[in-house]
Amino acid sequence: MELTFNLPGLETIEQRTVPLDSSTLYDVLIVGGGPAALTAAVYCMRKGVKTGLITLDVGGQVAETSTVENYMGYRHIEGISLVQRFKEQVEQFEIGFLQGYKATKVIDGNIKKVECEDGNVYQAKSIIITTGKRWRRLNVPGESELTGKGVAYCAICDAPLFKDKDVIVVGGGNSAIEAAIDLAKLAISVTVVQLLPALTADKVLIDELSKFTNVTILYEHEIKAIHGTSAVEAVTVHDIKNKKDNTLSVQGIFIEIGLVPNTELVKNVVSLNEYGEIIIDCSCRTSRPGIFAAGDVTSVPYKQIIIAAGEGAKAALSACDYVLTNK
Amino acid sequence: MALFDDKVKSQLSQLLSKIKNPIAINFFTQEIECPTCQTTHQFVEEIASLNDKISINVYDFLKDADMAKEFGIDKIPAIVVTDATKSIKGVRFFGIPAGYEINSFIAACVEVSGVTEPLPEAILSRIKKIAKPIHIQVFVTLTCPYCPAAVATAHRLAIENPNITADMIESTTFTPLAVKHNVSSVPKVVINDIYEFVGAQPINVFLDMIEKI
Repeated sequence: MELTFNLPGLETIEQRTVPLDSSTLYDVLIVGGGPAALTAAVYCMRKGVKTGLITLDVGGQVAETSTVENYMGYRHIEGISLVQRFKEQVEQFEIGFLQGYKATKVIDGNIKKVECEDGNVYQAKSIIITTGKRWRRLNVPGESELTGKGVAYCAICDAPLFKDKDVIVVGGGNSAIEAAIDLAKLAISVTVVQLLPALTADKVLIDELSKFTNVTILYEHEIKAIHGTSAVEAVTVHDIKNKKDNTLSVQGIFIEIGLVPNTELVKNVVSLNEYGEIIIDCSCRTSRPGIFAAGDVTSVPYKQIIIAAGEGAKAALSACDYVLTNK
Repeated sequence: MALFDDKVKSQLSQLLSKIKNPIAINFFTQEIECPTCQTTHQFVEEIASLNDKISINVYDFLKDADMAKEFGIDKIPAIVVTDATKSIKGVRFFGIPAGYEINSFIAACVEVSGVTEPLPEAILSRIKKIAKPIHIQVFVTLTCPYCPAAVATAHRLAIENPNITADMIESTTFTPLAVKHNVSSVPKVVINDIYEFVGAQPINVFLDMIEKI
């Protein structure tokens, strides 16, 4: 049995965070918990402004990434370890911290308000939105009913559960092809369903996938429906070119078709682009004064950990400037 | 061959140095050990060697039936992390907590030793009110980065209230049980075989379900 131990391996630092308080007027309130949020938190605390942070979970997409090899300072680090380091760097400060609850609505005004799932409304002079992105869904019949019952979005988590089964992977990008490779090692058969006439993944991945004999790729096909009562039993695939439907008998379907921004909480508050991302300028300012945004949730090109962290720093400095000049 | 190399060993020692009061790792196996039982046995021995405050009790599932009964162990390999007086008995692991689950195992050792992060008063009072026996099963795989969070939440509930028992279950070790509960995405949480959800949800979601029972 080959075993690994995915440890963060850290110095233990005293935790100094304090609970977020709904009766306090914060200078800056950060919404989110990924690299942009945590970097913004460190910058704000070092600037000495009164700072709070609300997030459902810490780490965002980095926490779901197995290894990171392009964050400077680490040639090779586990996603979860990088998150732990970010978190400890934040925890050395007496920042108002609320984890485990989702911020549901941002209300603009001279004093900005953030409604939270915990039933409280938190207040601040400025807000930084760093809510990131989440998996895009197919929006086909059966998908939401069978999520967690054969419809899956995390291949590294769930691939071991599909040993000796037949599965579909939807998508043709890097994450889809990585999922197909992981699954091809265990499953009886893997069918990759790709909307486009070609795969868009990196060549190294496509080459690796082509080594497996149990993989079929359906180009210019789309998923029409997922069937099953208590678990996935079959999936209807539509052949776009020949306008034909075909139902495949499978026990799992992995949906790897990219991400959508988490912007529901600022809908009708700040301007969004055609992809639903918050439009920001080069100082991370949104269309509303005092509301800033950073990271994957914004229109900034290239979604990378290091870019999100840098943008978080910039948003924090912009927000601090705003707070000081609007006293 | 040792499971932990020098680097992992030093990381583990550092993480386990947070342990405050003595704890016991109660390990259940059998005379002729299954392959995962063997590896898990080695795992607990190596863990215990890293910190003086960790003691280890090895029980035979069949010969020590009274102990298995006391801890409610129905399958092996099983680990129960307890404090010195066994006032906390509900923090359990079925299958080896390797891969990402090493993190939930370390967290359990530290928390059972008396070092816990403060919980909001409202949450704590909801946990203390639970009077019915509650059994939380958290199905995981060892390659799932967010499973440890779900396991740690379940274990925290068990630490705060003796009516709650919380199990990490390595899904590929206990396939029939995983199949019975239709586990195809992890973490999957099953409470008293009645309520279930998928994903590392916050503690209030666990409580919302427990309160329905």
